[in-house]
Amino acid sequence: MAKNSFFAVGSRVTLFDRVVSLFRPELITLPNGHTVERPRSRTPLIVTILIAVVFASIKLTGFDIGIIIRRGHQFTVILKQIFQPDFSYFVKVVDPLMDTIKMSILGSVLGATLALPFSVVASTNINKTGWIVAVCRFILNIVRTLPTLIIAKFAALIFGLGTFAGTVAITVFTFGVVSKMMYEAIETIDMGAFEAMESAGADKFQAFWSACFPQILPTYLSYCLYSLEMNIRAAAILGYVGAGGLGLLINERVGWRDYQGLGMVLLALFIVVFIIENTSQYLRRKLS
Amino acid sequence: MAKNNRSMLTERPVSVEEAYELRPRLWWLYTLIVLIVVSLLAWSGTTVEFKGFANKGIEVAKGVGYGLTHPDMNLLLNLTNEGVPYQLFQTVAIAVLGTIIGGLLAVPFSFLACDKIVPKWVAVIFQAVILLIRTIPSIVWALVWIRVTGPNAFCGVVTQSVCSIGMITKMYITAIEDLDTKILESLDAAGCDAFQKIRYGILPQIIPNFISTVIYRFDINVKDATTLGIVGAGGIGAALVQCINSSRWSMVGAYLCGMIVLMLFIEFFSTKIRNKLTRG
Repeated sequence: MAKNSFFAVGSRVTLFDRVVSLFRPELITLPNGHTVERPRSRTPLIVTILIAVVFASIKLTGFDIGIIIRRGHQFTVILKQIFQPDFSYFVKVVDPLMDTIKMSILGSVLGATLALPFSVVASTNINKTGWIVAVCRFILNIVRTLPTLIIAKFAALIFGLGTFAGTVAITVFTFGVVSKMMYEAIETIDMGAFEAMESAGADKFQAFWSACFPQILPTYLSYCLYSLEMNIRAAAILGYVGAGGLGLLINERVGWRDYQGLGMVLLALFIVVFIIENTSQYLRRKLS
Repeated sequence: MAKNNRSMLTERPVSVEEAYELRPRLWWLYTLIVLIVVSLLAWSGTTVEFKGFANKGIEVAKGVGYGLTHPDMNLLLNLTNEGVPYQLFQTVAIAVLGTIIGGLLAVPFSFLACDKIVPKWVAVIFQAVILLIRTIPSIVWALVWIRVTGPNAFCGVVTQSVCSIGMITKMYITAIEDLDTKILESLDAAGCDAFQKIRYGILPQIIPNFISTVIYRFDINVKDATTLGIVGAGGIGAALVQCINSSRWSMVGAYLCGMIVLMLFIEFFSTKIRNKLTRG
């Protein structure tokens, strides 16, 4: 099927192929008299569009590889200092680091808890009322498109600077991501048991609780852990807009050009991320 | 105990009640998990406290609501350099270049970090490098690169090229490890040379996976590019944050509306293309 195209997209003969002369399928007459159609490859078209987009992008962003070559050494200047962390700075890193971890744990738990009922309502196989599903998904899509930093910025303006704003931002972000993944998971479960329960006289909640919930629980927990992994990293930069945690330090160190201090902050973050990621991946492997 | 249960089950058919009685009982494990989660929550609740709304908190919340419902139409449809469309195009352009360069740079990285291809110690070193790249937040990368490029959209491109390597490599490695190598033997038997083996044995397996990964990362990068502007690396973020800081809510609304529409549009198409790539 991907015989004449690296990009295995659309090798079937579609109406589009018959109309546009460039893509009209090639007719091949076989020795036994049959004729078969070989669809034309779309690769040249895709490559042309891609090249056009790349050139437009180069123009829009002022891409200039020369700058990197000329001024590349500036990069190593900072990087060298980052890789010689100032260990005496560690004392000041501990508190914001703990704040970051606390923010992300609390935010993940709150967001994931909120996401569970919402995702049930937003899945088409359980909720048969079309417009409610549509409204829920619309809300979820809007929530998911807002970048975490922007949410944190708003939260910091509304609730004041500090960890509470960060927790709110992470809760909203987790809620969006976990809800989306959950309603997709709920739609793939086996509904036989649910229907059996309903026909035996259980109401929707009872049927969901005993027939569907055990099916989605491992997936749900695995998604929660996954979002915790992402959140630790996200929480580290939220302080940049005033939402508490390591970001405040990052902002401050960069402002003072103290890159050795910055190196210490990043090293601490690196270790925490490493530990949490490995623990969570171990648990997720157990779950599946 | 478990073994005993199984032998009982095989001897004669059990009734539903009996099977229910024999269900595994892990209450101590559940209690332990609940205890751990509750204690973690209690610990993390210690510093996070609600101190009421900020000075102008309610005003801000009202402003955001007002802005989103009354976006500044002039700004939204303005086609000059200050308008929303231009800013959005620049954001997408940053993500396009960043993703493509990152995707290309990730290819050698992923082969070097795959312990099926290179010796174990080489793979471990490169995996550590990749973890390092992934851990440093993109904003920090941007701050470092600004020293080199100055505060402009080009900085965003370079930042995203570097940041993307981490995740793309991780997914490339999975694709490489899933390669079906038996096909190479059959190509050998058919008398193919090394180049033909790569062209017809490896590339068709790997390319759809790679492209799907890159498109997925593009999705993320567009979202990321909107915030890179906060540190001055181009894109829509700079203008948005300026408007937020000076409380011009209808302009904030215009930027947010543009961003939401763009993101929904890109997500829709990327999901569509990726579904097509995986299902053929």
